[in-house]
Amino acid sequence: MIDILRARIAKGILSQEIPLADGDGLGQELRTVIAKRFGRSFTIREVDSGSCGACESEIISANNPIYDLQRFGVNFTASPRHADAMLVTGALSKNMVLALQRTYAAMPDPKWVITLGDCAFDCGKFKGSYYLAGPISKVLPVDLHIPGCPPEPIEIIKHLLVFLRQLK
Amino acid sequence: MERKKNIFTDKLADDFQELYPDEAYMRVRPEKFRDTCLGLHKLLLSPVMTMFACDRRRQNNTFSVTCAFLSRADKKWIMVVTDVPAQSPAFVSLTKDIFSAHLFERQIREMFGLEPIGNPDIRALHLHEEVWPKGFYPLRKDFKPGNAASGPKDEYKFSRVQGEGVFEVPVGPVHAGIISPGHFRFSVAGEPIINLEIRLGFVHRGVEKLMEGKTIPDALALSECVSGDASFGHSLAFVQAAEKISGIIVPLRAQGLRAIFLELERMYNHAAGLGGMAMDVGFSFPAALAAVIKENILQLNKQLTASRYLKGVNIVGGVSRDIGESSASLLRERLKGIEKDFLRLRDILESSTSFMERVDTTGYLRRNTAYDLGVIGLAGRSSGIEIDLRKFFGDIYKPAGFNMAIGRSGDVLARLNVRLFEFEESLRLIRYFVGHLAAGACVATQKIVPGYGLGYAEAWRGPVLYWLDIAEDGTIERCKITDPSFRGWQGLSYAVLGDIIPDFPLCNKSFDFSYAGNDL
Repeated sequence: MIDILRARIAKGILSQEIPLADGDGLGQELRTVIAKRFGRSFTIREVDSGSCGACESEIISANNPIYDLQRFGVNFTASPRHADAMLVTGALSKNMVLALQRTYAAMPDPKWVITLGDCAFDCGKFKGSYYLAGPISKVLPVDLHIPGCPPEPIEIIKHLLVFLRQLK
Repeated sequence: MERKKNIFTDKLADDFQELYPDEAYMRVRPEKFRDTCLGLHKLLLSPVMTMFACDRRRQNNTFSVTCAFLSRADKKWIMVVTDVPAQSPAFVSLTKDIFSAHLFERQIREMFGLEPIGNPDIRALHLHEEVWPKGFYPLRKDFKPGNAASGPKDEYKFSRVQGEGVFEVPVGPVHAGIISPGHFRFSVAGEPIINLEIRLGFVHRGVEKLMEGKTIPDALALSECVSGDASFGHSLAFVQAAEKISGIIVPLRAQGLRAIFLELERMYNHAAGLGGMAMDVGFSFPAALAAVIKENILQLNKQLTASRYLKGVNIVGGVSRDIGESSASLLRERLKGIEKDFLRLRDILESSTSFMERVDTTGYLRRNTAYDLGVIGLAGRSSGIEIDLRKFFGDIYKPAGFNMAIGRSGDVLARLNVRLFEFEESLRLIRYFVGHLAAGACVATQKIVPGYGLGYAEAWRGPVLYWLDIAEDGTIERCKITDPSFRGWQGLSYAVLGDIIPDFPLCNKSFDFSYAGNDL
């Protein structure tokens, strides 16, 4: 225990301030927007509909101590019942259509769908495959797309902020 | 080799051809296919490394089925090929003699419609019965996607465990965390798991079909998206297949650079896996520390190659990114910090009795089970299956004195220790390769020529195999991708038996298989 505490102190605070072009910190603004609009926390249910795993890896990275998305009030939840938004990755394999629709149906209103990664937007490199029902916009109403293959954590955070800001 | 050649060429094989120094083809008649494979399996002590079919009806009105074994002593891949007539699309199943062929046969059946006679389980793997109508075989050359919209569908039959007090716990396909989809069905009596059935295929995207007709650079870009966390391992196996077929000699410098990038990929994934194991038992400080290590390696990747996941680095003939003097010193500098964090992580994990209690004796995968199922790579090595392609192939590793990590007990602790060992070994290898980079170009420019052959790389999960057939016009005729996860997942379903469901996430993370690499 004492070792962990010592290591923790030695390591210090790693979280980076995420800068915005026009002066203010990106994170601080995100924090304010979420506090106002969503009662302090914006909760996301992530669904992989047929991605290669790199997008998931970057979403997990956005939650690591360096980017620490959670400090701004963005949480990832296990249950769609607790979710404000669904974050969908992948080109939508036919096997996932039903599961995706059910997850969406299980979410309470108001709800948003955010797609992440090039595959989710237009099937990306998998365009033309026999086993795709995608892109996601064919099946669900998409409110925001975060481009990239995969998008970097900082891009994910920036796009979320821009999106939440215009919801006001 | 001579002895094997005599046994098999005299008695069984109709034709034995050493196509490449590390790859031999044995053509046999259909009635001898089973005996030849069984003989090789017993002689080489190798599981089926890959098995696939090709549609050759346009050329000679047959399908062909190929089964690959690894000869560790000769450092050679041995491919047994047989023809299957188009009029009677069926071949003799190997499953009852060599269980590691089981999943491959099911895959051949659903993708080509070739019936494995004698295989007791012919349920679909990737083309789910509820979604895909019967009688459509996507990897046949005359398959038209438009036709497969309608048709009779079926239902997947789970194997049922019955008895008083036995109940089922279905999990998935959408899981609690930020992870790919898969369905797990536990049968439990009281606390212990008595059966686990894993149904995957939820992220099936039809990669093998998409590969067909693509030019080599396009296909290379696709191979990087087969399994996102092993994009370098996959693209490396792909380019090595193309290079072998075309007879391209990769410059020594490029070989060294590839080895460095492959180890970087291994390191960030091992860090993520170690953190995941800590997270799954609720031990958050090491989980956070591991996430920092992973992020540091990803940022280092980006500085070296402009891609966090090392995409676009491999090109046919070498690598697109060189590591110059300044990059090399940056790499050395960063590795110091990463090593410091890693040693701290290891100390914290190993000095926590409650953590070690959780991982010790949890999730046993016995050696015999692993061998029968064909579990290789990281999970196999933890159960005592001594297969690491870096050990047998790749002259680049010889001067570096590669040490293979081996665990004996096959539990979560063994897999943890193998990962810790491999992380340190990767650090050592990178330092060696950076110090011993050969001078010269880092790419050889030569033409792609038609032909077929096997490319392979020891990615962080284990051997990734790409069997390529390049057509006359330089496009891909057939590409078979084998990720170690494909057979590995079965190992997980045996490892959890007798454990309780709360230990499942820990077992799952210790194996750390790819959904996307399995589902293709």
